[in-house]
Amino acid sequence: MAILELEHVSVSYDGQRHAVDDVSFSVEEGEIISLVGESGSGKSTLLHCMQGLLPKSAAARGKITLFGENMLELSEDRRRRMRGEQVAMIFQDTGRYMNPIARVGKQFTGYLKLHLDKSREELLELERQMLEKVHLYDVDRVLHSYPFELSGGMRQRVGIAIALSLHPRLLLADEPTSALDVTVQAQVVKELVQLCREECATIILVTHNMGVAAHISDKIGVMQNGKLVEWGSARDVIRHPQEAYTKSLLSAIVELDDEQFLCR
Amino acid sequence: MNQELLKLDQVSKTFRNDKGHAIQAVKEVSFRVMRGHSIGIVGESGCGKSTLARLITGLTPLDAGEILLEGNRICGLSGKAQRQVYRQIQMVFQDPYSAISPRMPVGTFLTEGLVHFGMISRKEAGKEAERLLQMVDLEPQLSQRLPHQLSGGQLQRVVIARAISIHPKLVILDEATSALDVSVQEQILELLVRLQKEYALTYLFIGHDLAVVRSITEEILVMKNGAIVEKLPAKTLVRDAREDYTKQLLSAVFSVREFQEP
Ligand SMILES: Nc1ncnc2c1ncn2[C@@H]1O[C@H](COP(=O)(O)OP(=O)(O)OP(=O)(O)O)[C@@H](O)[C@H]1O
Ligand SMILES: Nc1ncnc2c1ncn2[C@@H]1O[C@H](COP(=O)(O)OP(=O)(O)OP(=O)(O)O)[C@@H](O)[C@H]1O
Ligand SMILES: [Mg+2]
Ligand SMILES: [Mg+2]
Repeated sequence: MAILELEHVSVSYDGQRHAVDDVSFSVEEGEIISLVGESGSGKSTLLHCMQGLLPKSAAARGKITLFGENMLELSEDRRRRMRGEQVAMIFQDTGRYMNPIARVGKQFTGYLKLHLDKSREELLELERQMLEKVHLYDVDRVLHSYPFELSGGMRQRVGIAIALSLHPRLLLADEPTSALDVTVQAQVVKELVQLCREECATIILVTHNMGVAAHISDKIGVMQNGKLVEWGSARDVIRHPQEAYTKSLLSAIVELDDEQFLCR
Repeated sequence: MNQELLKLDQVSKTFRNDKGHAIQAVKEVSFRVMRGHSIGIVGESGCGKSTLARLITGLTPLDAGEILLEGNRICGLSGKAQRQVYRQIQMVFQDPYSAISPRMPVGTFLTEGLVHFGMISRKEAGKEAERLLQMVDLEPQLSQRLPHQLSGGQLQRVVIARAISIHPKLVILDEATSALDVSVQEQILELLVRLQKEYALTYLFIGHDLAVVRSITEEILVMKNGAIVEKLPAKTLVRDAREDYTKQLLSAVFSVREFQEP
């Protein structure tokens, strides 16, 4: 069953050019979709509008149906209620969406309290569990820290832990592992896949890491200039890319067995 | 060319919070970089890479040790002397949004330093901003925008362009290309290498993607828990890695190749 359907979605920030240009696709429950593509091609914009998070200045056209609701016409109130348990988002720049002057623990508890009717101790236990899942073991310190006291990758993992904590049915993840070294990245990616498999959650992942996209997704969409230029099973897109742009993406990848040294 | 540009000698930094927790973020780190060379720093999340970078740029005061730029101590300077020195060191931050004031148009941000140091006049700023944008493959019109009106990768490129525009001696790039898709990343890396040759720039390149870090540096330092645990030549990294962590880094890479070749 399709839980998410985009029909001719276009978004413009300035009334002229389209940051997202006539994009259509549908997503089945339990699928992992990766969106890859050029910087500035509209990937973050597309994720934001799926959850109704576009700035006021932006205009969206077309239709986005999520769990049977038309997201582009939904009231702010209904939309807010969908966030958390139904849809959760991991932002590309977690730091910018966190409150810089509140401790991580306070923000985490605040998020959980909106949705769960549990005691402080129970919430704290859940927070600990989630942080350990993303390999943050120094839990007490992390909860007691202000965002700026954490490293970039630690902040990013806090964002992931918060988003996963309510077991959302749809997870929108914008570059969730871009600041993580490969060892942690592998763990986090596993955690995402597990969520998906165990709870039949659906994941839409924006990533520039073609390796991650190839390894975990069922389908891959390639964006360029606001358009979805390629869409297909991960296998097909990686093995038989149709578009020149997809081919160039694949050929620009540097891997360790390459003898590529730019500096000499 | 064969001059030492930067030298760190037993540099340490400990953070303490109000509960008395102490985190030793950087532990007795020593290394040197020659002018015109590039050195890479890799290591797990939270191991102290960004802190080390902030110590070198003077943004965070160090607890112990010494940092020398061209043989001169640069820690603990103040006033004019400090500004003079830190003009020579530019940093591209891991989180580009934190580097730029949310209300400053991109064009102003790009040329502010150039105007301040008298390298161009205020009148020339507009043109120069457009030139810098083109240099990193962005449209000139973006110079009117505010930072949050750019995509993550676009802003990252703006920050890189500004850092190299004033031709500093040392550029510290903290995960500077991590937010970029591979094709733009490739362009930026090539641009960095070209500018390095042109202006004899020295890079300290912090990253988590070993393949990328290796492609633009000569030597790689592996950090763990605040300390440098291994120094490896970029060329023979795969063969020479001894430390467990380095080997893990090498093995955990998600390869696309294995998918392409059935
Ligand atoms: N608030 C805004 N106002 C005006 N233009 C915007 C705004 N946000 C984004 N844009 C523009 O819309 C286009 C798409 O941006 P978006 O952030 O969706 O790209 P992206 O694919 O996520 O890129 P990246 O990989 O660099 O994060 C870009 O050209 C960007 O400059
Ligand atoms: N201002 C601060 N106050 C307290 N602790 C800090 C501060 N800045 C950094 N730390 C701590 O120092 C350690 C090293 O952080 P740093 O940002 O240097 O890591 P990193 O190697 O850059 O990691 P990442 O790859 O995730 O960016 C972390 O445990 C972090 O929480
Ligand atoms: Mg984006
Ligand atoms: Mg860092």
